[in-house]
Amino acid sequence: MTTGICSYGAYVPPSRLALAAIAGRAASEDGPERAVAWNDEDSVTMGVAAAISCLAGFDRDSVDAVLFASTTYPFREKQGASLIARALDLRRDLRTQDHGGSLRAGTAALRSAADAVSAGSARSVLVIASDCRTAAPGSSLESAFGDGAAAFLVGDRDPIAQFEDWSSISDEIVDVWRAETDRFVHSWEDRFVVQEGYTPRLLEAVQALLEKTGSSIEDFDRLALYAPDRRSHATVARKLRARAEQLIDPLFGRLGNAGTAFAPLLLASALEQARPAERVLVSNYGDGADATALRITEHAEKLPPRRGVSWHLARRRPVASYDRYLKARSLNPTEWEAGSDPGLSATIHFRERDEDLSLRGQRCRGCSAIQFPPQRVCETCFSKDDFEPVRLSDRVGRVVTHTLDFFFPTPDPPTIVTVTEVDGARIHLQLVNCDPKTMRNGIPVEFVFRRIHQSGGRPNYYWKGSPLPEPPAGNET
Amino acid sequence: MSREGIRDKVSIVGAGCCQFGENWDQSPSDMIVDAAYEAYADAGIDRPQEQIDAVFTGSLYSNKGPHECSDALKLFHKPVTMVSNYCATGTDAVRCGVLSIAAGMYDTVLVVGYDKPKDRGVSGPSVMLDGVRDLPKTPAGWFALCASTYFKKFGAGREDLARIAVKNHHNGTLAPKSFLKREITVEDVLKARMISWPFGLYDCAAQTDGAAAVVLTRTDLARNFRDDPVLVKAVTVQAGPNPQKDPGNDFLSWKPTVWAAEDAYRQAGISDPRSQIGIAQVHDCFSLTELLSYEDLGFCEKGSAKEHIASGDFELGGELPVNTDGGLKTFGHPTGATGVRMVYENTLQLQGRAEQRQVKNPKLALSHNIGGHPTACGIAILGTA
Repeated sequence: MTTGICSYGAYVPPSRLALAAIAGRAASEDGPERAVAWNDEDSVTMGVAAAISCLAGFDRDSVDAVLFASTTYPFREKQGASLIARALDLRRDLRTQDHGGSLRAGTAALRSAADAVSAGSARSVLVIASDCRTAAPGSSLESAFGDGAAAFLVGDRDPIAQFEDWSSISDEIVDVWRAETDRFVHSWEDRFVVQEGYTPRLLEAVQALLEKTGSSIEDFDRLALYAPDRRSHATVARKLRARAEQLIDPLFGRLGNAGTAFAPLLLASALEQARPAERVLVSNYGDGADATALRITEHAEKLPPRRGVSWHLARRRPVASYDRYLKARSLNPTEWEAGSDPGLSATIHFRERDEDLSLRGQRCRGCSAIQFPPQRVCETCFSKDDFEPVRLSDRVGRVVTHTLDFFFPTPDPPTIVTVTEVDGARIHLQLVNCDPKTMRNGIPVEFVFRRIHQSGGRPNYYWKGSPLPEPPAGNET
Repeated sequence: MSREGIRDKVSIVGAGCCQFGENWDQSPSDMIVDAAYEAYADAGIDRPQEQIDAVFTGSLYSNKGPHECSDALKLFHKPVTMVSNYCATGTDAVRCGVLSIAAGMYDTVLVVGYDKPKDRGVSGPSVMLDGVRDLPKTPAGWFALCASTYFKKFGAGREDLARIAVKNHHNGTLAPKSFLKREITVEDVLKARMISWPFGLYDCAAQTDGAAAVVLTRTDLARNFRDDPVLVKAVTVQAGPNPQKDPGNDFLSWKPTVWAAEDAYRQAGISDPRSQIGIAQVHDCFSLTELLSYEDLGFCEKGSAKEHIASGDFELGGELPVNTDGGLKTFGHPTGATGVRMVYENTLQLQGRAEQRQVKNPKLALSHNIGGHPTACGIAILGTA
């Protein structure tokens, strides 16, 4: 039996903040920048986006388990994997697990998935790594970080990349951390972090993997190496005697250190570029280090192109100012602190979870009309309680009418509000990724999972529309 | 549908309206008392506790129920009911009063509409958050959804809407109880900050507190109160589907208005509203709402509103003056009060008591509210005896 990666997907938020803006300087057009999750994005929404792209062309009912890795999942108690599974409208007899606590959680989840498939306890495991880490405004960590997510379908059916072996090193070091009540990530002096933490542990894990697989670094075509910054990446590459053409671009100055999702995103980048028979080495760091070796199979060429790292990096929306970023991430002081209101009724959340999270509408068995949200009496033929559920999130809608709402509070008004029709159902829907100046009725839109508001201090999730990219857009499906 | 309607069975014998505005120093009770006691005086009622048989109140924001009104007016030991129907709340309270008299339950009824949005600490309407979906819930965003479609199909634009705001601002300067009393220009409207395209600030109604009241009685008893009672010719409310999910909506008109007009004209026996109706108070929460209502109420053909706006047909000296007191634009929109305030204005106009804004000799006067997404419309038609 061959365990490996059957599919992959990535997500990088289109909003890019110039590092010059953080430093208070004017941004140049091609200067270094980082990806930032916007006010309606977080580790959950980015993870869902990466997973949707990963599952394109695969039967969602074939997924047996979901593993979600993040250090920035919005809840300390309450699972992320189950929320994501509902957004993806997956089966209910599903294993769901969250992995967190370390930036190694992404590779740890991948290894758990591979172990489960190899052991025969699951045939298809969706692994999602997503992070949206916040550093203190103006700090060097703020410039170093980036937000993003990667997803992989680990299984035994025609994998595009086969796992060869793994190595793991565990270590105890207080180098980069966020304590229970901390809002921002902290770091000890960077020279200590690199000299006593990152560099020796990553090299140790890679060396162990090379020994286990009887390989030398020369035997690998692609090296996807986590690093906290550009300089330490270069140091590790030099110590490994890696050639430049072996190195997967770590995307500093474009993406930024995407935390738990960083090494997985570099792996996704490698899978996007790799050809059959090539070997890929992935290494990750955080309270120790992980390394894995993969061999690309002949199935890689059969996987239809999907939205990978390059597609997302090309879709770019510069953030107008540092102040906009602070507003989007709720880092600026506000007149009204979040109140102590209990938020939306949990019972309403519970009743509406299929429609809000899975974007499930219904088809009337009487007149075949599709409608949203589910209702007891048909909007069209008035028949009662005679419907079957229909997933709308993976369909394409069309804007019927719209307005630009400058009144609704948002970091960058106006909010584009539409009535969008999807196979006959009409939905009041906000649009994202759309320039208000070029907005027009009739455009086709796809659905994206977003954080709709923060009532009660909790994230509340729902769907928005995003204009369908013009085909053919790069290597997109 | 019953053959026997309510036409001419009920009369208005008293009307009152408090000063609309940012009434920081007034409670809802204070405004209710102002409006009701003016209506009492108008009807010559000096013993309301004995002379009023029942009370119908309307409010969208109050969470105190009908007690707020009965306690303010000390009207106890009688039926007091609160009605809520979005922006048609006031008209629906009038309707309930009319129906109760026509049904033979009561002789004389007080109707009070009021609301106090300025106690909420926001300058515009608050952004409601009662669920996960359907955001943003801003009224401007809801009512703007007809603009892109209507403009494209009929070639109208923001200038046509601006002329409506200019007209209503002018009329408001002539109404003692209006909030805004300032003339504006088309350019002012077009240059104002955007709220929800195509609505700039001046395309939106003001936000105010207010209360209005009318005294209704059996027509055969009306002259015991006044020599010039005003007859209720028709009153209706109609529910419509949420246009945001209604699969058949063309976003060129609002269905509830079309349906309510059809019912009201049937009740009143009106076959040609354009020539028969003398004045109209039309729901101008936003300028486009008034424009669409011209057409949906049958005052002109669908798509032709801009020509009638340009020729001044709906101005105070025009063929069919609309919003003679300045409308929601200058009175603001304390939701429960608005429909009753319109009935107050139409009553004054039909009795020839509207002073500087008096329209010459109107015989039939229509008032109209539409609200929700919009999902509800109320219409009342009054006539001279």
